[in-house]
Amino acid sequence: MPFPRLPALLLVATLPCVCAAQDDTQKEVERYRQLLAEGNPADLFEAKGEELWKTPRGPNQVSLERCDLGLGAGVVKGAFARLPRYFADTDRVQDMESRIVTCMVTLQGFKAEDVTRNPFSAPGRPADLEALASYVAGESKGMKLDAPLVHPKEVEAFRVGERLFYRRAGPHDFACVSCHGEKGKRIRLQELPKLTDPNDARRIFTTWPAYRVSQGTVRTMQHRLYDCYWQMRHPQMDYASEASIALEVFMAKYANGGEIGAPGLKR
Amino acid sequence: MKALGIAALLALSGCASAVNDDDAMQRAEQVFRESFTRGNRAIAARVEQQDDVQLLCTRYRNDPPKDVAGKIESEQAASIRYPASFLGDWKRGEKIAQDGYGMRFTDPDTRRPNGGGCYNCHRIAPAEISYGTVGPSLYRFGAQRGAGEAIQRYVFGKIYDSQATTACSPMPRFGHNGVLTEEQIKDLVALLLDPASPVNQ
Repeated sequence: MPFPRLPALLLVATLPCVCAAQDDTQKEVERYRQLLAEGNPADLFEAKGEELWKTPRGPNQVSLERCDLGLGAGVVKGAFARLPRYFADTDRVQDMESRIVTCMVTLQGFKAEDVTRNPFSAPGRPADLEALASYVAGESKGMKLDAPLVHPKEVEAFRVGERLFYRRAGPHDFACVSCHGEKGKRIRLQELPKLTDPNDARRIFTTWPAYRVSQGTVRTMQHRLYDCYWQMRHPQMDYASEASIALEVFMAKYANGGEIGAPGLKR
Repeated sequence: MKALGIAALLALSGCASAVNDDDAMQRAEQVFRESFTRGNRAIAARVEQQDDVQLLCTRYRNDPPKDVAGKIESEQAASIRYPASFLGDWKRGEKIAQDGYGMRFTDPDTRRPNGGGCYNCHRIAPAEISYGTVGPSLYRFGAQRGAGEAIQRYVFGKIYDSQATTACSPMPRFGHNGVLTEEQIKDLVALLLDPASPVNQ
């Protein structure tokens, strides 16, 4: 089971007093043991996502069962392991989340701006996309990631993603590579993957979406990128933006061959 | 003038894939501008426009050739504004080192000072066990190096503009970019160098 080392310590990373930290650490260790015994809470999101997938919804009152995630209309099994990829009907490279939005718009008749207004859940406001992404990803669990890098637009997305990975900007001069360019480094107690290292990339990229214990919900790769750019003092990244997908194509190249462990369980 | 300088430096690098790199760069810049449209426009404008140093470090993936590195370091060194004295209050410095607040799109309270977030990347005082390892350990920094004026000036300069000594260092240029004030940087100098600071106990 994918599981961060020192998970309990991470949860008390901001407490100033070591004694208080140790007490809380103990509580969190207990909580983690309980979670492990009961299984990954992401299971619940997968189940909810499957129900949402198969329920007629939206202005057109149809389900998402005819959605084409890249392996043909109606094929969910294994689709996540072949994403991101180029789609001829939209003439774009798309990741899983972007493609789910496409299907909600084209099949179910939702408006794109409505679907993407609040893509991430907040307390008291669950997000369908987190459940749907959990379900779709879970249908590739155990398979090897094999994202294509063949179509000219896929190759272009890789090159754009590569450039953005190294692009420094803002008052802190941060780029993705500031935190993800070396092996074995940490921010506070959180271990950082070197995303151009296949071992790290295969372990990390394939375990999103993941249930995040510190946030009490499933978060997706789109959220991970949005959160990184927040920390980098950049503006809010648009959901399913071209830059986010380009960065995923870049990461997927190094992660290819890794076994899908999504939805995972993370700090 | 500055743009010409960069063009000359880029020409010096003269690698075979320069044309393709430029294409990818232009496309990436366009994609970047189109991917942060709903957020705060002031922050967006700030990140769309890279300064010379950011541009060069991006171009060379933080590993610039010697001539480029030398130019970055001398220009950045010349931009540091040194105060008359360097040692502030280490207790305030500890708070600044712990605090990661400031300049994120959810940080609207401009009356609250920015933090330095130093513990994110550095081990500093021994009581804080939650420290990062992206930067070197600073524990016992003053105890090992002394606390005379030369080292005070060095530490002030390093925090003010890390790239004055190491071109394309991953560390933010806290003074140069206006993240921390002169007073705050002096407090951090004290945290590292004051013999009374827990860093040196």
